[in-house]
Amino acid sequence: MAEIKARSTAASDQSHPSGDPRFILIDRTLKRFRFQQDALIEVLHTAQEAFGFLEEDLLIYVARQLKLPLSWVFGVATFYHFFSLQPQGEHNCIVCMGTACYVKRAAEIVAALQTAYGIEAGQTTPDGKLSITAARCLGSCGLAPVLIVDGQVLAREVPETALAAVEQALASSRSSNGHQPQADQSFEEEDDL
Amino acid sequence: MKRADLQAMAQRELERQQTFRCRLLCCASTPCLSSGATAVQQALETAVAEHKLDAEVAIVSTGCMGPCSRGPMVTLQAPGQDDVYYENVTPESARQIVAEHVAAGQPVLDKIMPSDLPFFVKQTKVVLTNSGVIDPERLEDYVARGGYGALAHALREMTPEEVCAEISKSGLRGRGGAGYPAGLKWDLVRKAPGDKKYVIANGDEGDPGAYMDRTLMESDPHRLLEGMAIAGYAVGAEQGFLYVRGEYPVAAKRLEKAIRTAERRGLLGSRVLESSFSFRIDIRIGAGAFVCGEETALMASIMGRRGQPSPRPPYPAQSGLWGCPTLINNVETFGNIVPIIENGAQWFASIGTAKSKGSKIFALAGKVHTTGLIEVPMGITLREVIFDIGGGVGEGHTFKAAQTGGPSGGCIPAEHLDTPMDYESLRALGSIMGSGGLIVMDDSSCMPDVAKFFMEFCMDESCGKCVPCRVGTVQMHRILARITNGSATADDLQILEELCVMVQETSLCGLGMSAPNPVLSTLRFFRDEYEAHIQRRECPSGVCQMTEMPALDLVDALPRRIRELGTVPAVLA
Repeated sequence: MAEIKARSTAASDQSHPSGDPRFILIDRTLKRFRFQQDALIEVLHTAQEAFGFLEEDLLIYVARQLKLPLSWVFGVATFYHFFSLQPQGEHNCIVCMGTACYVKRAAEIVAALQTAYGIEAGQTTPDGKLSITAARCLGSCGLAPVLIVDGQVLAREVPETALAAVEQALASSRSSNGHQPQADQSFEEEDDL
Repeated sequence: MKRADLQAMAQRELERQQTFRCRLLCCASTPCLSSGATAVQQALETAVAEHKLDAEVAIVSTGCMGPCSRGPMVTLQAPGQDDVYYENVTPESARQIVAEHVAAGQPVLDKIMPSDLPFFVKQTKVVLTNSGVIDPERLEDYVARGGYGALAHALREMTPEEVCAEISKSGLRGRGGAGYPAGLKWDLVRKAPGDKKYVIANGDEGDPGAYMDRTLMESDPHRLLEGMAIAGYAVGAEQGFLYVRGEYPVAAKRLEKAIRTAERRGLLGSRVLESSFSFRIDIRIGAGAFVCGEETALMASIMGRRGQPSPRPPYPAQSGLWGCPTLINNVETFGNIVPIIENGAQWFASIGTAKSKGSKIFALAGKVHTTGLIEVPMGITLREVIFDIGGGVGEGHTFKAAQTGGPSGGCIPAEHLDTPMDYESLRALGSIMGSGGLIVMDDSSCMPDVAKFFMEFCMDESCGKCVPCRVGTVQMHRILARITNGSATADDLQILEELCVMVQETSLCGLGMSAPNPVLSTLRFFRDEYEAHIQRRECPSGVCQMTEMPALDLVDALPRRIRELGTVPAVLA
C-alpha cells in the first residue's frame, strides 16, 4: 500500500517531534479536550482520520498522552466497529446489509463480490487495492439495496451492476498514475455529492 | 439576543421571502443526494440564471420531503397556490420545470407527484413540519417559522415545574422504543439532588431499517437543539450531549453548524436569550456499536469507554453521566417538545389514542411501492400505512408480514393488518413500536431466514458482558442456521424456544432481552414455515438452499443401509 500523505496543509508548516506531521492533528484534538481521558473516542476518531487506520504505535501514543493503560485503549479501539486496526484498501466498497437491503437481496451482492475478489466481507485484497465491508445500515432504506463505492452512494443495485461499479473504481486508479490514495474516510466525500 | 430580536429576525426573513415570486425547494437529504440531487439543484440554478429570474425565484436546499424512493424531489412553492411536488427530477427535467412552469406558468405534468395522494393526505405532521420546507443550514429559515419561540416562551413565562407538568399532561412517551412517559422522566431528573445535571439526546439509531432520527437531525437541527434547551431548563441542566451515530456524517456536520450559529446568536451557550439560564450542547460521534443505543451503554461511550451497559438501578435519572442525574431521551422525543410548548399539551393529547399520544415517524421500507419517511397519528392501522400511504406491495406478490422495531421487534402477519399502531397493541402482538423502522415483506421473504438475519445481527452486536446474551445469541443463531440449511431436527425447535425464553429473562440489557423477539414472533405466526423447513426440508419461499442433512438422520440411515447390504460397507470395516 502506498504511503498515505497527510491531507492537512496547515500541519506542513509546523513540525512534530516524531517527524510525522499527522501527529499534529492528534495533538490538536488532545489539547481541545484538555487531555481528558474521557475524550479517548474523539482522539481515536481523529487518529483514524489522519492515518487511515490505528496501528499499534498510534494506540501506544494515544495511551501515553491520555495516561491510560494501553489495554484500556486497545479495548476501546477493538470494541467499536468504526475503528480499524488493519490498513484499508485503496478503494473500498461498503454494502449495506440493513433489513431493507437484506429483504431486497443484498446478501447476493456480498456473495458476488466475495467470489469475484476472493476475500470475505471485512477484508482487504492482498494487493491492498480493495476492501469490502458489510455495513449495518446506511440509513438510505428507501433506495435499497445500497452500495457505497469510494464514497459514492449507488442505489438499487444488483450483483452485476455492483461488480461493474467496483471494477470501474479499480480501473480508474490504474489509468491515472499519480492517483492519491485516500484514507478510509469514504463518508467524508459524501459532502461533495 | 432577546425575544424582540428573535421576532425582528423572523419579520426580516419573512419579508425577504415575500420578495420572491416562487421558491424552488430541492431535497438535500441523504437519499435524494444519492439519487443525484446536487446535479438537479445545479441545473435549476443555471436554468434560473439563464432565464434571468434570479431576483424572482429562490432556490432552497431543504431536508427530507418524505417519498425517498421517488427522489430527487423538488417542490415549487408560490404564494396563494398549492405546493407542486416534482418526483424523479433529472437535470433535464429541472431545466424543463424552470422553462415551462416557473417562466411560463405551465406545470410539467408528467413529473408531478399529485399532492392529494394518500401518501401526503394521511400523514399528520407534528415533528416534521419544517422538514422539506426550510433550509436546515439557515437559522433565519427556522426562526421565520416560529423557531426558538417555544424556548423564549418557556424561559420567560414558565417555571421548570410547569414545563415538566406540561410535558406530562401532553402524554408524550419516549420515542426510542420502550415508550416510557417523558414527563415522568423529566420530573425525576428535576427532583434528583445534585448541582450538575446532564441532558443527552440519543441519536445512535443503530436499528437497521430506521432513519427517522437521521432525517430529523439533517432536516431540522435547530428544532432538536431547541427541544434539548427546553429540557435543560426544565431539569436544571447546563450541559447537553448529542450522541450522533458515526454513519451519519451529514447529520453531524449540520448539527455542528447549527450549534455554532445558535451560540453566536445567543440562543445557546451562556445566558440563553439574555436570561439567567445557560446551556451548552456538545456533539459526540458514535463509533459503530448497536448496543450504544441502550442508555447506560451510550453514557459509557460518551465517557470514552467501551459501550457496555450496566445494571439498572441506579437509573440515569439518579446516577448517569459521571454519576450525575441525567436525562436521556431519543432525538424524536426532543423533536416533539417544541410543538407541545407552542401549541399546548391539550392540542398534542388530542392526536393519537388513549394511551399513545401524538404522532410517530416511521421509515417505510422493503417490498412496498412508495418507500420513505412518514409521520402518522398513533393508532393508525398497519393496513392504512402499507396499502394507502405506501401503495401496497409490488405487483404479482402478496403481503406477508411487516417487521417493526428492528432486531428487537417482531413480525406482524396479514391477519393483524388492522391492528392500531400504538405501544400496547404492538406489544400484545409480540412486537414493539421501536424507534420506527417498518419493513414490509412479501411472499418472497422466508421468515426463518429473516429471524436468522436478525439473530446474526444481535450475535455480532452483543457486547459480551453478560453470558445469556453473549452465548445465547450464538447458539440461537446456530440452530436457525441449521433450520435454514436443512440439517435441523424436531429437537432443535424445542431447544430454540427454550433458549429464547431464557435469554429474554436473564440478559442484562435491552439488547439481550429483546434479541429473541424476532424468533418468537415468527414462531408464533409462521410456525408452519419452520415446520416445513424441519420436517419436509423445503423452504416455502424458495430462499433457503437446503443443502445439508440432519446429522441424526445419517446415524439412523447407516444401520438401515448395513441391513440392506447384508454386510458392513468397506469404508467402515
